[in-house]
Amino acid sequence: MFSWDLLANAVVAGLLLGGFYAAVSLGIGLVFGLLDIANIAQPAFLILGAYATYVMNESFGFDPILSGILFTPVFYLIGAAVYRIYYSSFERRGEESLRGLVFFFGILFILEVSLSLKFGVDYRLVQAGYIGKSIEFAGVGIAFRYLIPCVVGLAMTGALYLFLGRTFYGRAIMAVSQDQGALRLMGANPVHIKTIAFGVGIAAASLAGALLITISPVVPSTDRDYIGRMFAITVLGGMGSIGGTLVAAVLLGVTESLMSTFAGPSWSQAVSFGILLLVLAVRPAGLFGR
Amino acid sequence: MITRTEWALAAGLAVIAAGIGLAALRLNPYLYFAGYVILQYVVIATAWNILGGYAGYVNFGTPAFFAMGAYTAVFLIRWVKAPLPVLILAGGLVAALLGLGIGYLTLRLRGTFFSIATLALAVVLQTVMINWEYVGGSRGISVIRPSGPPFGNYVVFLFTVMTALAVLAVLVARFIERSWIGRGLAALRDNEEAAECMGVPTLKLKLFATTVSGFLLGVAGAPFPYYVTFVEPNSAFALDYAVNALAMPMIGGTTSWIGPVIGAVLLATAQQLATVTISSELNLLIVGVVLVLFVVVAPEGILGLVRRVRGR
Repeated sequence: MFSWDLLANAVVAGLLLGGFYAAVSLGIGLVFGLLDIANIAQPAFLILGAYATYVMNESFGFDPILSGILFTPVFYLIGAAVYRIYYSSFERRGEESLRGLVFFFGILFILEVSLSLKFGVDYRLVQAGYIGKSIEFAGVGIAFRYLIPCVVGLAMTGALYLFLGRTFYGRAIMAVSQDQGALRLMGANPVHIKTIAFGVGIAAASLAGALLITISPVVPSTDRDYIGRMFAITVLGGMGSIGGTLVAAVLLGVTESLMSTFAGPSWSQAVSFGILLLVLAVRPAGLFGR
Repeated sequence: MITRTEWALAAGLAVIAAGIGLAALRLNPYLYFAGYVILQYVVIATAWNILGGYAGYVNFGTPAFFAMGAYTAVFLIRWVKAPLPVLILAGGLVAALLGLGIGYLTLRLRGTFFSIATLALAVVLQTVMINWEYVGGSRGISVIRPSGPPFGNYVVFLFTVMTALAVLAVLVARFIERSWIGRGLAALRDNEEAAECMGVPTLKLKLFATTVSGFLLGVAGAPFPYYVTFVEPNSAFALDYAVNALAMPMIGGTTSWIGPVIGAVLLATAQQLATVTISSELNLLIVGVVLVLFVVVAPEGILGLVRRVRGR
């Protein structure tokens, strides 16, 4: 039964998936890992991004990746607006933990149901020249619809790493996650910085959504599959560490791919949540915890 | 002298009697069908509130507990054709064990992490059920109702059963709220460290709250197979339960036992009406919007609004 070919294929597919999972988790790493905002609705923005890409592709024949990039400013603004509502309703009153969580859960639900009202529950997919093509390398097939999202995901990871480490606003976001009061003393406005960070987080989710619909067809309820993955990767990666997020994403991708190759695809869902439960129970600080 | 507890018991018995009376009237069958769902949500919202409202631990995994009740019932029906009271008790106990498990999770996880872990639990259990062929797997399983039920119709009979369960749940919640347990839970909700320092046995109280909450959620799910006669993972683990379970207490008010009851009756009735008159997708949208509006505008729920009006 066991074959090295199968194993090699599964590992390579998992590595490619990992790059994509990194893209999916960057936004939540920023929002939840650094800002401590438990945005349960993050996967809904991922799916919203996927549907925006679908509409552009279906109506105007836009390339999915290109339209994903074009949509990021829109999602940045949506994210900034959502954060402003969250801030004025919860954070300012000091009620962020419980009611804020319920607020985001409600938004997740509203977005999911709105999408299924508008688009129904049929699977939607995008068309592009490279989808369906693949290259063969030493007996291991590499599909372009996985390779390209992986490359874009790695590029996004690098870009966010540079943004956080090298730019003024990026460093300000790191600062706000460490000590908000100190930042205020330095004359910067934490709310302004957090609005930017939240906007970037949602924009990253929407771009990841474009990658998602390139990889596989999407239905409105797909967001549920990603709640566990996003949070598992963020927690495992050590809450907001970009490098940790990438390592955790690749780990999860490979584990899921092995699981679905050797135990059946219906079990792969349980992998991320199982890892999440395990990490939360054993080492909540994650692999690269601060 | 009649104590308030005796009044509450008498009121509970009166509600059960009224339920049986309604069942004997043999009205339009749809009324019992819808009434069952509303009462089921009274149980679910009340059970959720024991943990979420009193202790302040937000449980997103309601579907896991509800489905544990339902699947325990499916298993026992298939295995030994167990009678309904056994199903309800067993469903409750299995869900209570699960509750005890998540109670131990609270040792390490608080706030957001606890909520995410409960959500994770629901998905893991759903995956297990999808892969367990004996209880139907992903295709689901048909359940045949016992013949010759009281009141001549099984749904009408289940309606009276759910009435009794709703009364039980509300009485339990009321008892917890009025006793030292409720005060201890309120203390740990406001500040867990401070409560622990003052000698409140926080772990014991949390374990108690998660177990009782789990038990009642399982009890609500146990009659579900006989109600729908076809159980499959997507309907038993529906996200609707998670949203409703927290929306109803949030809308009614989480600090008192009457809050979840108000929220459940209002929201579930509205949903039933919307399902009949508009569409079931749209009624879920309404729940989401109402929930978000309430947490933003009226965080104390309807009870808080009432208090504010009275206070003036």
